[in-house]
This record gives sequence, structure tokens and C-alpha cells, in this order.
Amino acid sequence: MLDVLNDFIVELRRAGLPISLTEHVDAAHAVSEIDLAQRSVFKSALRATLVKSEDHRAAFDSVFEIYFADRRDPTQSDADDESEDDSDDADDEAQGQGAKGLKGAGKSMGQGGGSTMSAEELAQMLEAAIRSNDAQMRSAVAQQAVSRYAGMEPGRPVGGTYYLYRTLRNLDLDAVLERVLEEQRQAKGEAGMSGLEERLARDELGARVEGMKRAVEAEIRRRLVEDRGAEALARSVRKPLPEDVDVMHASRDEMLSLQRALGPLSRKLAVRLTRKRRHGRKGPLDFRQTVRRSLSTGGVPIDPRYKHPNPSKPEIVVIADISGSVASFARFTLHLVYAISSQFSKVRSFVFVDNIDEVTRLFEVADDPADAIQRINTEADVVWVDGHSDYGHAFERFHERWAEEINSRTSVLILGDARNNYHASNAWVIADLQARARHVYWLNPEPSSYWGSGDSIVGEYGVHCDSVVEVRTLRQLEKFVGELA
Amino acid sequence: MNDTTTPRFASPDEVNDRLNEVDYLSDDAIAATVFLADRLQKPILVEGPAGTGKTQLAKSVAELTGARLIRLQCYEGLDESKALYEWNYRKQLLRIQAGQGSAEDRDWSELEEDIFDEDFLLTRPLLEAIRAKDPVVLLIDEVDRVELETEALMLEILSEYQVSIPELGTVTAEQIPMVFLTSNNTRELSEALKRRCLFLHVGYPDVERERKIVERRVPGISGELALQIAQIVRTIRSMELRKHPSVSETIDWARTLVVLGKEEIDENDAAETLHILLKYQSDIERARHELLGTKPSTRS
Repeated sequence: MLDVLNDFIVELRRAGLPISLTEHVDAAHAVSEIDLAQRSVFKSALRATLVKSEDHRAAFDSVFEIYFADRRDPTQSDADDESEDDSDDADDEAQGQGAKGLKGAGKSMGQGGGSTMSAEELAQMLEAAIRSNDAQMRSAVAQQAVSRYAGMEPGRPVGGTYYLYRTLRNLDLDAVLERVLEEQRQAKGEAGMSGLEERLARDELGARVEGMKRAVEAEIRRRLVEDRGAEALARSVRKPLPEDVDVMHASRDEMLSLQRALGPLSRKLAVRLTRKRRHGRKGPLDFRQTVRRSLSTGGVPIDPRYKHPNPSKPEIVVIADISGSVASFARFTLHLVYAISSQFSKVRSFVFVDNIDEVTRLFEVADDPADAIQRINTEADVVWVDGHSDYGHAFERFHERWAEEINSRTSVLILGDARNNYHASNAWVIADLQARARHVYWLNPEPSSYWGSGDSIVGEYGVHCDSVVEVRTLRQLEKFVGELA
Repeated sequence: MNDTTTPRFASPDEVNDRLNEVDYLSDDAIAATVFLADRLQKPILVEGPAGTGKTQLAKSVAELTGARLIRLQCYEGLDESKALYEWNYRKQLLRIQAGQGSAEDRDWSELEEDIFDEDFLLTRPLLEAIRAKDPVVLLIDEVDRVELETEALMLEILSEYQVSIPELGTVTAEQIPMVFLTSNNTRELSEALKRRCLFLHVGYPDVERERKIVERRVPGISGELALQIAQIVRTIRSMELRKHPSVSETIDWARTLVVLGKEEIDENDAAETLHILLKYQSDIERARHELLGTKPSTRS
């Protein structure tokens, strides 16, 4: 057991989780205290001792499923996956029954039973499973569906995403959802469903369909582990933690998780900065307060008081390229800067592609930075000729209209990859801005090894900036913005 | 440290059942973590959104083990004189002044020993929990509100269950208390603190558990209404809102509906009582729009 645990922890570390030796020892202690037969307890025990941040939970879950799904009777492990997924509502009794019941079902159907069932039968069973929300049926359907549709080939070094896609495409879960919903609508009779009822029914079915997807995923994972072993599979499904995802090359799912991570991250950053500002203890002695407090100790100034220092807040001007590939990066940065705008005395933002426009007012009217960023795309006037980045023209226009307003309290942030499509660079604008402003920073979402290759002219601009920073992940972005304020 | 402390629970299932008895509906993760905290003698760091029963968990565990709950509410600027202990300066000064008149010959070391005595010590929650003779549960609430430096104060207590007072020596716990720390995650806690704790994330419950919670906490509610409430709340939580309804707000809403004598929620009821679930006007508008398919009104 300890060996398996050791391998498991090594893999977690490879996935980027910070696990110390103490935590490893705790996990070993914890495992010796519990009943290993209860899989959900076992999982909770490992999670409580090893994972100390909710952001890392997804990574933990995926490694756990790989390492500890294959150590038992295959049919039973499925049932456990189910009860694990629904762990919040499943009491142990139901779990036990589910496992037992499924064992029976799995045996009668057999492991490679896909051939005994026609496509229509499978489709019917799937619908029934969605309708009844029955865990046994769900995993039986998942087994059948994977045998029939996934077309798994032994020995291929893949993570299973493709198999999952193939299976789900054939199952066409969305259509099933609509059909079951229509059925329920019919059942209501003449009156039909009210908007509210329909919405609730749709969400309920959506949750069941989601459960079905997870069952299929678990089934595929189980077969992959059988085929190639846990370690090999873990290597191919390893994903970076949300804060380490490269923003420019994030997949759609990763993008969503980044967006979710952004809210808490900016909140934390704001709290930290407020504190940093408030708790500088370098202020001079507050004589009046100190004397006042010394009265309660008979005139002995035991508890000296200090005046709060009040450092000035910087002014920020953000100039962001929002063309094509770097757009998402610009949005993240704008979001973060505005989320902590209370830390700055003033924030102004400009966006450009080959023309530049001020978008500060969009942020001022919107409650939520996310809304404002939505509106940038539709309302900002950023295209001049062809909608390809032209840094030179955009900077020139900026200089014409707004350069006078940059002063010695301003920090200028320029966001972009400096891929200028071979237009003129107009680097003198940056030189002039540097002379006027307190700082000029350039944030580049490209890896620094690509800088200066092809049409990237970040070097030409870079000489006039205080620093050019590589910012590819949320972690780097948070660090930079934190130091700025 | 007393290593022969008898375990409070026999199994995670027992934790679950006993929490149930005191009206706290737990789940597998909660029960397993509480069980382990007792066995491994480690504190639990409970994290999660506001209003999901983090503080209540500590209270319920105190109730079911028959222990006294000692609570340290954290806030910015909390320091060791408020969290651990403080010398009672005024009393010490009085003691010195009282001594001056009568006995000139008493030497200083004697006096020093005298004024740094337990009589002059004001115990604060952390020290009190360590010195308690009876069983206690220590709750350190919203630990993310204190500064990083203050957090370090708690490390000795959390790992060794002892407090070092320079003038008195080390005070070691008579019995190992159960310790809960709660956090709303407004900042990252230090690695050192996290390493010493078991971690438990309490999120929003799923429909089934939320229904049970509502049924338990709101007397006289019908099963259908509770289910409907839980479903509507799930739908609202799936929307993009500034603040999602917490479990306590769900319970408030259920109470309101029961007081209004509703057996079932129709669109009107939902629209009229949404303000109990949601605290921002823009959220209410958006939820109303998405739930009922009505146009968001321009009223502000």
C-alpha cells in the first residue's frame, strides 16, 4: 500500500501539486486509520492530507481516478465511481446496494457484451437511464457505449479524449435530453410547462446527462489503465494547473477555468495590496495618541502609536493589442487591472488593432469588468485599414491625441506580442512616452525565446521600456500586477 | 502531550450519524475529515464560500462531543495580546507601587517573580483552549483575515498544542482539543499553516443534500417544496452572478415561503421573493430574466 501511495504522490508532484514530506507522512498515517474498503473515505482521507487548495482538486481527482480505480473488480469500481460523483447525497447504504446490484448486472451482461446489443437497444437504454437517473443503469450503458463506439486500440499512447469524443458523438446526448424533455412536456398535458418549470426540468436533465458523460469517461479511463498501466496513462493526461496554463494556447475548457480563477485571484490581490498599503509601519510617532494612551498606565508610554503613512497611488495607462491571438491575454490583464482599480488613483485604458480607441468609459459605466470587456469588441473603434495589427500606426495616433496627458505620475503598460506585420515601428513614440511617464512596461504573452523572430519587433520597442516582461500565465500576471501597485 | 487520549469516534460513519443527530447534515468528505482530525490529532482548515456551514460544523462537533466551544474571531490587526495572552500591566503597576511604600528591602528579583505570575496573566482564547481541563473545541474563525505575521503565532499551538510564554515557560495542553480553522479564501494562507492542517473544502451542496438540509432546518415544509427550492437554487447558482445564494439564504427563503403558506412555487412567487436569495439588484434582474424568461426591467 505504501508503495502505491508513494507512486501516487510522485505523480501528484509531477502534476505540479506542492506536497511536502510532512504531508506524505500524514497521508500514510491517515490511510492506516481508515477502512480501505470504503473508497470514498479513502479518497477523502488522501484529499484532506495532500491537497491544500481547492484549485488543485481537479488535478488530484484525475490522478486519483487513474491510480486507484483499477485495484478491484472492474464492474464494482464503476459503481464506486458513480457513488463518488454523487458522494454528497449518497449515504453508505445506497452505495453498498449499488455496488452489489451492479455486480449482478455486470456479470449477466459480461465484459464485452457490446455485440449482444443493437444500436437501437442501446439508445433506448440510454434514454431510460437518463429518465430514471439510476446509477447502475448508467454505468451499464457507459460500458456498452464504450465497447460499441469508442473503437479503442490497445497500446496507443493517448489520454482518451478522442475515445470520449467518439463515444459521445455517437450517443448524441443533447438529442436525448431534448427528447426526454419533450416527453415531460407532453405529460403535463394541455397547459404545458411554465418557463420556470421548463428551466428546472432542463437543468435536472442536464445534470443527469453530465453524470452520463462522467460515467463514459470513467469507463474509458478504466480500460486505458488496464491496457497501459497507471503511470503511463497519468503521463499522457497530465495537465498544467489553472494558474500555469499558457493563456495564448489555452483550450476552450482551460479558458473557462481561467476565467473562473480570475475572479478570486483579483479579489485576493486587492485584499493583499490594501493591507500592504495600510500596514507599512514606517510612519512617524503619533505623539498625541501615545500620550493619550499612556494615561491608563499612569503616564508611562508603554504602547507607542504611529501615524499611518500614506503613499501615493500610481496612475495607470493600459494600451492593449486586442487583435486575434493576443486578445484573450489583453482581456485578462484589463480585467485584473480594473478589479484592483481601487489601488490606483486613476486607470485609463486604450485598445488597438491598427487604430486606437479609448475604452475607459466602458469600464466606468459597467458594474462588472467582464461586462465591459464584452462591450469592447462591439463598441471600440479599433480597425483602420485591414484589421491586422499595426503597432506603428496605433502608437502614432495615440501620441497625437493623448501623449500630453501622460505625466510623471503615470505608469504605462503596453500589452501585445509586437508582431507588427512588417509595418513601420514608430518606436520613437515609446521613447517619448518613457521620457514623460514614470515607468513604461511592456507585457509580452509570447515565450521569450520567440521574441524578435519573424515579424516580432519587441526588441525595437523594448530598448525604450523600463522592462519587457514575459507574461504567459495567470501566475506571472498576478505577480507583475502585484508588484506594480 | 497526552498520547493516550481516547478517540472520540469509532468510524467516519459514526461521525456522520452523530452530526446528523445534532441537525448537521454532513457528507462523506466532512465525516472522513473530522474522523481523521480526531485520530491524527490535527486541526482542520475548513474553506469554502460564505454561508455553507463552516462555522456551524465546529459548533455541531462541539455539541455532539459535549465539549465547550472556545471561539477566536479573527480580524485585521489581531495580535498576540488578543489571541494568546497578555500581561495585566495595570495590575502589575499597582503591585509595584503597593510594594514601594512598605518593604524597601524586598529585592527586585523577588518582585519580578511575583508580577510575572499567573495571577497577572490575562488568558486569551488560544491559551485558554490549551489550559482547559474540560474537553473543548477551539474554533479560529476567518483565519484569512489576519496578517501573515499573526498567522505564525498560531503555528506552535496547531502543531504542538503548546504555548511558550517567555516569563513562565511552556504551557502544554492537558488534553488535545479539536481545532477548526475557517477561511473564506480572501487570501492565500501560508504554506506552514496549511501543512499543519487537514484541508476540507465545503462547497455548495448538491440538490439532494440541500433538500435534506432545508427539510431539517425548516419545520413544516413539504417534501415537494423543499425539492423545488433546491432545484431553483441550483439553477440560480449556475448563472453568472456577483454573489451566489448561500445555504443560509436558501433556508431563509424556504422559511419565508412556508410563512407565506406556499405549497408550491409558481413564477409569481419566485419573482416576488428572489430578493431574499440574492443581494444585488443586478443579480436579481438577471436571475428573474433567466428563470422566468422576462425582459430585465430598466428599473434600478
